[in-house]
Amino acid sequence: MTMDNALERRPNPDDLNDRGLSETQDERVSYLRAGHTLRSWLLTTDHKRIAILYLISVTLFFFIGGAAAALVRADLLTPQADLLTNEGYNRAFTLHGVIMVWFFLIPSIPNTFGNFLIPLMIGARDLAFPRLNLLSWYIYMLGGLFTVFVLIAGGVDTGWTFYTPLSSMFSNGHVVMVAVAVFVVGFSSILTGLNFIVTVHKLRAPGMSWGRLRLFVWAHYATSLILVLATPVLSVTLALVAAERLFGLGIFDPKLGGDPLLFQHLFWFYSHPAVYIMVLPALGVVSELVAASARKPVFGYRFIAGSSIAIAIIGFLVWGHHMFVAGQSMYASAVFSFLSLAVAVPSGIKVYNWTATLYKGHIELDPPFFFAASFIGLFVVGGLTGLVLAMLAVDVHLHDTYFVVAHFHYIMVGGTVSAYFGALHFWWPKMSGRIYPRIWGRLAAIFIFLGFNLTFFPQFILGYLGMPRRYHVYDPSFQVLHVLSSAGASILGVAYLMPFTYLFWSMRYGAPAGPNPWDVRGLEWTVPSPPPKHNFEEIPVVTGPPYDYPLEREGDQGEAGDAAEGNAAEGNAGSRA
Amino acid sequence: MSLVRTLSLVWAALLGLLLLTLGASFALTGPASLAASLAIAVAKAALIYWFFMHLREEGGLVRLAALGVAAWLVIFTLLTSADYAMRP
Repeated sequence: MTMDNALERRPNPDDLNDRGLSETQDERVSYLRAGHTLRSWLLTTDHKRIAILYLISVTLFFFIGGAAAALVRADLLTPQADLLTNEGYNRAFTLHGVIMVWFFLIPSIPNTFGNFLIPLMIGARDLAFPRLNLLSWYIYMLGGLFTVFVLIAGGVDTGWTFYTPLSSMFSNGHVVMVAVAVFVVGFSSILTGLNFIVTVHKLRAPGMSWGRLRLFVWAHYATSLILVLATPVLSVTLALVAAERLFGLGIFDPKLGGDPLLFQHLFWFYSHPAVYIMVLPALGVVSELVAASARKPVFGYRFIAGSSIAIAIIGFLVWGHHMFVAGQSMYASAVFSFLSLAVAVPSGIKVYNWTATLYKGHIELDPPFFFAASFIGLFVVGGLTGLVLAMLAVDVHLHDTYFVVAHFHYIMVGGTVSAYFGALHFWWPKMSGRIYPRIWGRLAAIFIFLGFNLTFFPQFILGYLGMPRRYHVYDPSFQVLHVLSSAGASILGVAYLMPFTYLFWSMRYGAPAGPNPWDVRGLEWTVPSPPPKHNFEEIPVVTGPPYDYPLEREGDQGEAGDAAEGNAAEGNAGSRA
Repeated sequence: MSLVRTLSLVWAALLGLLLLTLGASFALTGPASLAASLAIAVAKAALIYWFFMHLREEGGLVRLAALGVAAWLVIFTLLTSADYAMRP
């Protein structure tokens, strides 16, 4: 169809029977068609539209951060500094870190899928503070565009961690401006966290008790607690760096009575919990994807829900493991090492429970399952190498090497980004109302998994052999592994572009999804796809547990709904017993 | 007791604590001075939370949340002092 014809088919906004390009009547009356002007999007207070605004903007920042990563990996192809100068390399990896952490990973799942799904999952018509929700997007965009401006103005070279005394005394880049941008975007996080907490407390549908909340909602509740508690500490810390740079206040400079290590205490008191801001929503997504793939009640629901809260709390007690070789007292290091091992327990609980949920499930090899399975594998590798780094003696050897880089990319990219794409593939039919080609979804998941491992597994070996992070001139013996890693990064880059092709395609040409295309349970699957503007015609009354799939007992054969067969099987089991 | 009277008394108490801070800064030195300032600061903050920020009118959940924040600050100071107090 030509563009002219498509424009002619734009529906009359006042006539709900005039469908235009909408395939179904549900789509015509959905949130997507509730207003066609730019104004109706930019001034919307509908949580679903704000989620779409976030989806578009985090994708934009993902590509900016990805471009910086591409520069870094291209420069590392050879042991010499032939693509970037030393200064340019420092600025490239700093930009990659700042953009990916604050403008992609932290807002990615909560602000897109959390925004879209929490009200739908708890049976509410919107978040508790819809206007605050829109404000958080504007603040996010302000911070993001300010960062892009700093990039054009010359960038910053301290790494995303802004360690003192480099950032406070020696760096010539625009440290204060980037600090301002991160300070600003912090308020967006705080507002989102606050909104989620109040929404979960106050807007649950009748009958939606805490024990009936979906695990996705539990994970976002835990994340919100961290967002609200930790983010102000980062803001204060960056303000102190700015104060020392601008006014010479003696906070971190030993000559003025300060302590450079105080910065690391303050920074990691925020930033380690921030790691859990990035990964907890992903854990929530995977709990949903696993239950949906197995079409079984989640094994150990209470333990998975509780482990999200446990991670949020214990996550605040481990920050000192970033400072084992920084001059922290040995006593503190031992305490933090022990606590860091403790935080692995709730993560382990989740992994075991997911596996037990999948056991004997009715698994279909749909794209969301591929992403969930990649997540579990990569998260286990990332988590276990975290335990390696939490060992005091081993960390002396591995600190600030590529082993650390590989470890946190397994959690952040292998974990969070896989879950982000898994969520995108699982809830896309709900968000857009259209089905995408499943075969392409499977291929994208496989290429992402392969490209990811080729990129980051060699970095474990590089780090173990002693290649330090943040260097672009290196010993030629490391080149083979660096070339492997860069080759993997190019596969990963192409694989990340694939979903954007077929998901865009599906928005126009995909078949209508219907309310429940995966045949799974949950309130969001009871409303039409895409959902109407106010979600629920009538607020639902919840009478059962979450994930109320039919239970099958050992010895049952075939579908549990098939009573005759079920009874016969039970009889057999009884006679065998 | 009328609201104005209550709030005025709290305000007077805060001013009294301010004077105490001032006095302590002259009278005490070293760790004792730090401990006194922190203790007075906690008393001031408690008065502000309880009266000015309406915690005394709130239900259990909100009070619990406020206590949670206090506990969380204790975590930070406690574990940070595990470093500062034990450095060789």
